[in-house]
Amino acid sequence: MSVIGSPVSRVDGPAKVNGEAHYAGEFAPKDLLYAATADSTCPAGTIVTLDTRDAARAPGVLLVLTHLNADRLPYQEPAERVAVDPVAGAQLRVLDGPAILFSGQPIALVVARTQAQAEYGASLVPAPYDADPPAKLRFDPALAQPTSEAAAKKKRGPETRKGDAEGAFARAPVTLDERYRLSREQHHPMEPHATVAEWTGDRLTLWSKTQWVGNERDEIARRFGLPPANVRVINPYVGGAFGSSLRTWPHVTLAAMAARRARRPVRLELTRRQLFTFVGHRGQSEQHVRLGADPNGRLLATICEATGQTSTYEEFAEPLLGPAGATYACDDRLTRYKLVPMNVNTPCPMRGPGWATGLVAQEMAMDELAERLGMDPIELRLRNYAERDPMKDLPWSSKALRECYAQGAERFGWSKRPLKPRARRDGRDLVGLGMATAIYDSGRYPTSASVALLPDGTALVRCATADMGPGTYTSMTQVAADALGLPLARVRFELGDSTFPPAKEHGGSTTMASVGPAIQEACGAVKAKLAGVADGAPITDFAAVLRRAGLDRIEAEASAKPDDAMKTHSINGFGAVFAEVRVDVDLCTIRATRIVGAYDAGRIVNPKLAHSQCIGGMVQGIGMALFEDVEWDEHLGRVSNGTIAEYIVPVNADIHDLDAIFVDTREPLLNPLGVKGVAELGLCGVAPAIANAVWHATGKRVRNLPITPDRLLTA
Amino acid sequence: MTPFAYARARTLAEAVGSGAEHRSDVGHSTGTDFLAGGTDMIQLMREGLRRPARIMDVTGLAGLDYIDIDGPVLRLGALVRMSDAAAHPQVREGYRVISEALLLSASAQVRNLATLGGNLLQRTRCGYFRDPGAPCNKRAPGSGCPAIPGQNRLNAVLGVSDQCIATYAGDFANALLALDARVRIASDQGERVIPLADLHRAPDQTPWIETQLAHGEFISAIEAPTSFATWRSHYLKVRDRRSFEWALASAAVALDIAPDGTVRDARIAVGGVATRPWRLSAVEDRLRGRRVTADVAREAAQVAGDGAMAHGRNAYKIELMRRTVARAIEETGMVGGTAA
Repeated sequence: MSVIGSPVSRVDGPAKVNGEAHYAGEFAPKDLLYAATADSTCPAGTIVTLDTRDAARAPGVLLVLTHLNADRLPYQEPAERVAVDPVAGAQLRVLDGPAILFSGQPIALVVARTQAQAEYGASLVPAPYDADPPAKLRFDPALAQPTSEAAAKKKRGPETRKGDAEGAFARAPVTLDERYRLSREQHHPMEPHATVAEWTGDRLTLWSKTQWVGNERDEIARRFGLPPANVRVINPYVGGAFGSSLRTWPHVTLAAMAARRARRPVRLELTRRQLFTFVGHRGQSEQHVRLGADPNGRLLATICEATGQTSTYEEFAEPLLGPAGATYACDDRLTRYKLVPMNVNTPCPMRGPGWATGLVAQEMAMDELAERLGMDPIELRLRNYAERDPMKDLPWSSKALRECYAQGAERFGWSKRPLKPRARRDGRDLVGLGMATAIYDSGRYPTSASVALLPDGTALVRCATADMGPGTYTSMTQVAADALGLPLARVRFELGDSTFPPAKEHGGSTTMASVGPAIQEACGAVKAKLAGVADGAPITDFAAVLRRAGLDRIEAEASAKPDDAMKTHSINGFGAVFAEVRVDVDLCTIRATRIVGAYDAGRIVNPKLAHSQCIGGMVQGIGMALFEDVEWDEHLGRVSNGTIAEYIVPVNADIHDLDAIFVDTREPLLNPLGVKGVAELGLCGVAPAIANAVWHATGKRVRNLPITPDRLLTA
Repeated sequence: MTPFAYARARTLAEAVGSGAEHRSDVGHSTGTDFLAGGTDMIQLMREGLRRPARIMDVTGLAGLDYIDIDGPVLRLGALVRMSDAAAHPQVREGYRVISEALLLSASAQVRNLATLGGNLLQRTRCGYFRDPGAPCNKRAPGSGCPAIPGQNRLNAVLGVSDQCIATYAGDFANALLALDARVRIASDQGERVIPLADLHRAPDQTPWIETQLAHGEFISAIEAPTSFATWRSHYLKVRDRRSFEWALASAAVALDIAPDGTVRDARIAVGGVATRPWRLSAVEDRLRGRRVTADVAREAAQVAGDGAMAHGRNAYKIELMRRTVARAIEETGMVGGTAA
């Protein structure tokens, strides 16, 4: 069996368990100082005065920075915005002026000898505000504006049309017209965001939590007006990120500003409460879905009008209407996308960005349509199976969604499901089954990698990518071992250093498809170099070859980039997710007792890692369906449950049987490995499958996620 | 965290002589706070919600970690860890409602650290009280209560005032209230014993005063009298997730059922819905003399919401409380395996 496709355990597992894996905030250069911020408690307006005298006098405090004394940074514009940045607007310039854009905006930075001293100093900065102009604090779709031209260029609204959807909807014999809401969800990876900054002359080193060391280097270089080569970003381990570390947030700038002024290395780590306002979130959304069908379930009209939220200073538009465009065949279709600008920090991608959110509405709506038609939900989906991408009118490069429905249904036991809701009871529990389709856009980026064959007989492979949890270390070791014909133990893969050959973002489920081929190319190149000096010796003997040739290494770097396949074809991962819930008939508590996902993600490089990714997505989907709810106080303009005691995510006791299976496919066009990406897909479809199961159990539709006991009780 | 002086109490006299304060307003806190398990206090201090100048650590006090079942009374030292009380065989057998209330609280890690006395005095989880950037009458008197017009899904419907609707977050106290427990309080004036029912105060116009403890007073022990009802008791907790979560509604029920199957005595308290542990005497009255059936339980629980006042999003709590109480009564009737 090839090492590609093997369930290899994580090569970085022992280091993580032993504590040898060092995360960004754990790097401690000599003479390290600690920083903490004071944050605005006012959502909009101007700082009137800022009295830092008490903070400056506090024990251990060495430096207090505010907009009154901080360096004005150049913030050079990039030639072109990277995909992880919002489509339009101007980023927050931290400590650049007295203007307040949202509650929680940092207004002062205190640097001290210890963390406790820095936090205490920061607590002593009072700031009276002039609360003018009035803050925009209500998420009201009536206040929404169509997305901009910049967003339209990225196919993110404001409108897409095919045929005459409104006319077809008006004429359709069976219709559905409902609104679906999803609460704001907050990024809370296990590892909070942290940066350690150290200057040597005009060279800056950052140990900083990021999914993209290269972009953080470039971004900080532009903010400080430095040549990119003067900035080095190091981040070998990431304790979960899910999109929260794609952008370079203001705390990175603050750490670097403070270290430059203090002339000593400075660490800034965010608290759990600060995660709500320093890094982005999945903004709240409302989707108005109208579906028209004939009595046989063929879709005659699909209309989805989505409202998202963004900040007042940036436009964050995401592919929320991806599923509405791509999932089902229908000639008459319409999507619209609007945003409500609010005095909040800008949202950002969160696992399955856009797509997972869009699927919540679409897949709940399809379930309701199946109910109205008296049809099995899978049958309805099969009758509208899209043989081509309906919106782009392109062929799929590969699509095994039928197999996902069939194999998932088989594994789950879907055929035993009664069509009617509220039909199964077990003691005090109502038992329901629901399903949903999953779809996510696959992608690939140009990437480079290097391989060095070393005298100790090992190969060292490098790329400036990241491993936020999917197992990049392991899967890339597998790819390199396979390409070099070496055992896994003789291959070492290193990542997370901006001096390594460049990669783009570790996000959007693109890493395997992008980095894998670059490593294959680099391995091919190094083998060719070896052949030049090996005199026919097998590659496994390269240590001996090096010795004979008097070389300390043979090294090659190579790049790989996508061809035109993404223009000539639509390339998506697919899946079918099935959920069983048990709902207490009186108390309205919900347990997701069983979830099965069947996925077409192309070839699976490591089934153990892919399975882990997908069941992790199910846990996150349980959170989205049942728990996660950033409560927003529209009078104060603050999150009112801003701790992880109050903002709840699933605990072990909420998790029961989870299983993921992968249909046997190989993507022919996107990349030579045959992969389509797993991570985002694993969250897609989970929450609507659970919501549909809740309906099937109880006969109640709760269109407002998360479905908490109070919402079910009053539905 | 605000710098503070730390002292470890060697004797009870030293502890109560510290004048430690029992209030929740920050501005007043230039004095001393007791520190026991610290599972709540450290959170409050780290967020700057409590800024004591001095900490009197009482965890080293000898002789306050006993669990005695002494004839008609269960005595629990104030420094007993939640996990130890919950796991004690005689507590589990004879005072099931206490063991269950403790096990349904917090997480295993927190229960291993938190003490019983400290648990009774844990502060509300109202999101505004916990947010140093928000106004809160409990923390900053006169600053206002944003929960009343705001996000109050988890706030109280019983015992509320126009100043505060913060929920009492605990479970253990609700079980004790149902058992007519007493609290032993030490001070430099000596010792007094009060009914647990009198320990906590509703917010009224002074929400920052949460108990009737005076400065320096220290809960040294908890005493629960044994009765027939304690043998048939049960705690039910309804919450958003299955562990490590406060109650949306909870019910502590103890029933004394006569050989003919009728209820001789009923004690019922609720949590998650009120500003302090809350006894439901009207429900108890409706149960006495009747056989416990699902219908009787439901009918009795209908009066559970009498006097309740909702503020929008928390309106569901009135009905959820009724259902929780009804279910808890029904399940308590079946404790020991025999349907009454």
